[in-house]
Amino acid sequence: MPTSFEKPFLIAGLIFLIAFPYIAEAAGNAYFTSTVARILIFAIAAISLDLILGYGGMVSFGHAAYLGIGAYVVAILSFHGYDGSALFGLPGTEYAPIVWPLGVALSAVVALGLGALCLRTSGVYFIMITLAFAQMLFFFFVSLQRYGGDDGLFMFAGRSTMPFIDLDNDTTFYYVCLAFLAGFFILCRAIVASRFGRVLRGIKQNERRMVMLGYPVYRYKLAAFVIAGAGAGLAGVLLANHTKFVSPDILHWTKSGDILIMVILGGIGTLTGPILGSAAFLLLEDYLPVIFGALSMDLLKDHWRIVFGPMLILIVLFARRGLYGMLFRRETDDG
Amino acid sequence: MLLFVEQLLNGLQLGIFLFLVAAGLTLIFGIMGLINLAHGSLFMIGAYVAATVTGWTGSFTIGLLSALPAAAIAGVIIEFVVMRRLYDRDHLDQVLATFGLILFINEAVTMIWGRTPLFLNVPDALKGTIEIIPGVPYPIYRVAIIAAGILVALILWLIITRTRAGMLIRAGSTNREMVAALGVDIALLYTALFAAGAVFAGFAGAMAGPLVSVQVGMGEQILILAFVVIVIGGIGSVRGALVGSLLVGIVDTLGRAFVPDILKLFLAPAEADGIGGGLSSMMVYLLMALVLVIRPSGLFPTAAAAR
Amino acid sequence: MAEPLLSIDGLAKSFGALRATDDLSLEVETGEIHALIGPNGAGKTTLVSQLSGELTPDAGRILFDGRDITAMPAHERPHIGLVRSFQITSIFPEFSTLENVALAAQSRTGHSFHFFAPVARDRTLNDIARKALADVGLGDQVDRPAHALSHGQQRRLELAMALVLEPRLLLLDEPMAGMGPDESAFVVDVLSKLRGSVTMLLIEHDMDAVFALADRITVLVYGRPIATGTPADIRENPAVREAYLGDEEVA
Ligand SMILES: Nc1ncnc2c1ncn2[C@@H]1O[C@H](COP(=O)(O)OP(=O)(O)OP(=O)(O)O)[C@@H](O)[C@H]1O
Ligand SMILES: [Mg+2]
Repeated sequence: MPTSFEKPFLIAGLIFLIAFPYIAEAAGNAYFTSTVARILIFAIAAISLDLILGYGGMVSFGHAAYLGIGAYVVAILSFHGYDGSALFGLPGTEYAPIVWPLGVALSAVVALGLGALCLRTSGVYFIMITLAFAQMLFFFFVSLQRYGGDDGLFMFAGRSTMPFIDLDNDTTFYYVCLAFLAGFFILCRAIVASRFGRVLRGIKQNERRMVMLGYPVYRYKLAAFVIAGAGAGLAGVLLANHTKFVSPDILHWTKSGDILIMVILGGIGTLTGPILGSAAFLLLEDYLPVIFGALSMDLLKDHWRIVFGPMLILIVLFARRGLYGMLFRRETDDG
Repeated sequence: MLLFVEQLLNGLQLGIFLFLVAAGLTLIFGIMGLINLAHGSLFMIGAYVAATVTGWTGSFTIGLLSALPAAAIAGVIIEFVVMRRLYDRDHLDQVLATFGLILFINEAVTMIWGRTPLFLNVPDALKGTIEIIPGVPYPIYRVAIIAAGILVALILWLIITRTRAGMLIRAGSTNREMVAALGVDIALLYTALFAAGAVFAGFAGAMAGPLVSVQVGMGEQILILAFVVIVIGGIGSVRGALVGSLLVGIVDTLGRAFVPDILKLFLAPAEADGIGGGLSSMMVYLLMALVLVIRPSGLFPTAAAAR
Repeated sequence: MAEPLLSIDGLAKSFGALRATDDLSLEVETGEIHALIGPNGAGKTTLVSQLSGELTPDAGRILFDGRDITAMPAHERPHIGLVRSFQITSIFPEFSTLENVALAAQSRTGHSFHFFAPVARDRTLNDIARKALADVGLGDQVDRPAHALSHGQQRRLELAMALVLEPRLLLLDEPMAGMGPDESAFVVDVLSKLRGSVTMLLIEHDMDAVFALADRITVLVYGRPIATGTPADIRENPAVREAYLGDEEVA
């Protein structure tokens, strides 16, 4: 549960993030704004995973699949819009009010289909199956030669277009990402505190008892799975716009692992944690090599993962409370 | 017809690799309750060691024989340093920690061998083709793999059904507590089993060396297919792993070979190639989906699945 | 005579070679407290699990209020008034006591696809839960996390969760297991107040409780009922004395 310290932290964090582009500019490094936009986008994906993982107890190892679907919807429609060809008889478009909801909706639909299958099982089966289906979608996008296959697809038309808003401006795009993150965060906070959320948390703690209280748990789990899929789809939509490039790499199985790590690193079952986790993970990824470089440890600079892997193991073994737990919880009330 | 038989044999051979990986994975889960993402890394280590030693000595036999202890040693180290701490943890912890292990191992392999793939030639003695089925010339090396795979499966079957260790494994995969109650040295049993699983995976990796390029990431490719195998076969069941492996191997190979052609019966060739490429690589996953609909706990369910 | 609320006909369930339920037929009349007793491993819990839908019987039929529910999905049964409690306490350890019961109450009030309004401030649910907790003597424990309650308190919480579902037939699997005598007596009191309004199938090893509460008793041995009757009948029944009561009552 949120502690009294958490709210001021969130407000301060929001103010900081609103001010960030100016700070970055003042510091003479506007590139940071783009780095943080990426953190915000992955925070959305991580929060969506936390919803099913931390609150619903569903260990999905295929969450990047929905990220990929959202991203590819944007890129493929942009591709057709750019070269004027038709897709299923319809023209492509870069118009965000059409494309973005489509990306989110398609992710949700795929999550509905795959979730309906995966949720027939539980435990370790669920892990393996979500992983396998994500891999299936990975191969699917690899095989789409028209859209670049393995090599991916550049969005030559640039970012999506929006009335009154120029997304091609990096600062503007940053604020759009921030707005979506804030909105999604508030939405998820509401969800976990709602009747639905209590049911979800009940299922995590004691699924059998939930059945005996009269809850059709499968339906509730599936609904949560779809919401999470849609959230990841939203992140994917933003991610494609961020890099103006998509490739099957977005839904590579290691990306699913990365999102999972963000959740754990930040603090599972907290919603605030995944934001911290996304920041910590992406900053480590970007700056571990730099740090090793500065320490003139050249071997580690190129092979920073050799440090990152064992770090992860140690975190799992010894620091399960995550950053959230370190910041907001005392040792004693660890749940 | 000729092509079909050839592809069927290729499928069988892929199935054998899968079985060697999946058998260890499924037993480790059945007995220790551990999901180990890094199992594919042992496959990769087998391939790298075989390729390297073969390069030094010029003898594939020596390369293959050194891959086995290398994989076993790697397996024991992994078990000793990391896995032991994970047996009592939940699946999420196991997945994350073994994911971290993959990052580490892959990076270590890159540091040692670099990023360029290694290539390993088919040993001279096994070059050429043979007509095991009249009219179907088939590479001798692949025949050797199939034969070796059948031999290993047979040995495994004998161990499991005829020895005391096998009895413990069978008992353990359905009832872990019971084995503990028998007063067996569980820690030793686990380490031994882990080493055995590593040897099978390493053996498969070494054998695969001449057929694929030896590179980082090869372990995870086969790992995910092995997961599909286990889901289809039923977790903890060696028989399920065998049936699942052959099914997946054959469906995957035949799918890649024939799905685009079959689609050409209905679609324009260009379109058929496009869709066919995607569909054929998705075939095994569709097979898995089908099994899930019909039998959610696999073709050969065991009690281990309940965990 | 009125139609029985629950009627079980030729029910059978085997685990491998073990017949845990063996051609079992039994009727529970509307309004009665029907005790089910029998030695350990007699198949009492197995029967309850089949009635609640967690186990599928191999053969036989279950009629509830005249309706065949043998194949009804487990999660639908509480909604027609068939509610169970668990022999091994089954609660939500991380939730507060109040949240545990409110979650049960929530199940009665339609579906839970409400995504926005904060449930913690739902007056209706909290009122129902508070009242039920007061009824089982946990009125002063509402805000404690359930995992911090004592064993006996958890047993009573379990009972409160079952009661807010407004059961017509309550399947109680050893509600007093592991309780001290005072707590047991308190629960007997709670249950006896429900007599007439809630029909109960009560499994219990505590014979004082059984004889204090039961209108009728069925004795189960090796998955089969060997006798059904009033407490007095059962006390007198020689087969029962031999098979079951022998060691506890006579000695
Ligand atoms: N899931 C199961 N698989 C195999 N055997 C089972 C299973 N559940 C119960 N049994 C066996 O069925 C028999 C009846 O068990 P059950 O739990 O119904 O007995 P009970 O009458 O409730 O006993 P107790 O008084 O100890 O609670 C026992 O021998 C038990 O070991
Ligand atoms: Mg019992």
